[in-house]
Amino acid sequence: MMEILEYIGYAFVLIGGIFLFLGSLGIYRMPDVYNRLQAGTKASTMGAMSTIMGVGLIQPEWFFKTLIIVIFIAIANPLSSHALGRGAYRASLTPFMKKKMDAYDKEFHQNKED
Amino acid sequence: MNTSSLSVSKFLYNWILMFVVWLGFTTSLAPAELITGAVVSLIVVAMTAKYLNCCGLDIFLPNKLFYISKYIGVFTIALIKSNIDVAKRVLSPALPINPGIVQIETKLTNEFAKMVLANTITLTPGTLTVDMVGNTYYIHWIDVTSEDPIEAHKEIAKQFEDILLKIFK
Repeated sequence: MMEILEYIGYAFVLIGGIFLFLGSLGIYRMPDVYNRLQAGTKASTMGAMSTIMGVGLIQPEWFFKTLIIVIFIAIANPLSSHALGRGAYRASLTPFMKKKMDAYDKEFHQNKED
Repeated sequence: MNTSSLSVSKFLYNWILMFVVWLGFTTSLAPAELITGAVVSLIVVAMTAKYLNCCGLDIFLPNKLFYISKYIGVFTIALIKSNIDVAKRVLSPALPINPGIVQIETKLTNEFAKMVLANTITLTPGTLTVDMVGNTYYIHWIDVTSEDPIEAHKEIAKQFEDILLKIFK
């Protein structure tokens, strides 16, 4: 039983590693900061969560600690990427667009005049 | 419910939450550990109570617990889907993206629920919350299929919002 749990844990760590790698590849390939954030946030959230859960399964006495860390990551990762995205827009980094679709533009300029 | 009993309920909820976190970190049921945990979490909540006003004890009602577990399930599936989506986009040589920023309106009124929805949108396939002004979210969408706020809302937020509306009235 313990061995099965251990192998599931290793599988989780492997999956996490793959997604972390894909996330970093996304950061390299995407054209602008927003798309990079998209790739980076999703992949690093899932990658880190899966890796840490895997460690919790390999060492069952750590399971609850790793669960709490996973919850913290699920809360903190999207928050920080949101802050980075908003900060990038406020620093007037124009998003890369094939066709102009920017609903935030208007709101942003209204705020600037205030 | 009047405001003072509401704040008592919030306080108790936060105390229980902190105590559960303590239990998770110590993973021990020895009486000394439990008493220390209760005291420490009480001190922590007493110092931070004014910032922690997400929910009260009513969150432990069975139907709300059911919707919370449903939310966690839906969220996990969305997270896995979004990672497969990222993987597909990153690995395809043509880099199939059509990014843009769209706006959607939410029906949620609770501030905490709005935060949860914004975070969930960030972790679901192809979307990233850039800003939230009042009830309007501005969302960077990696592959825009519709600029219309109602259509976009249906695709991005509807399934999560429906569950959140049941948890936070």
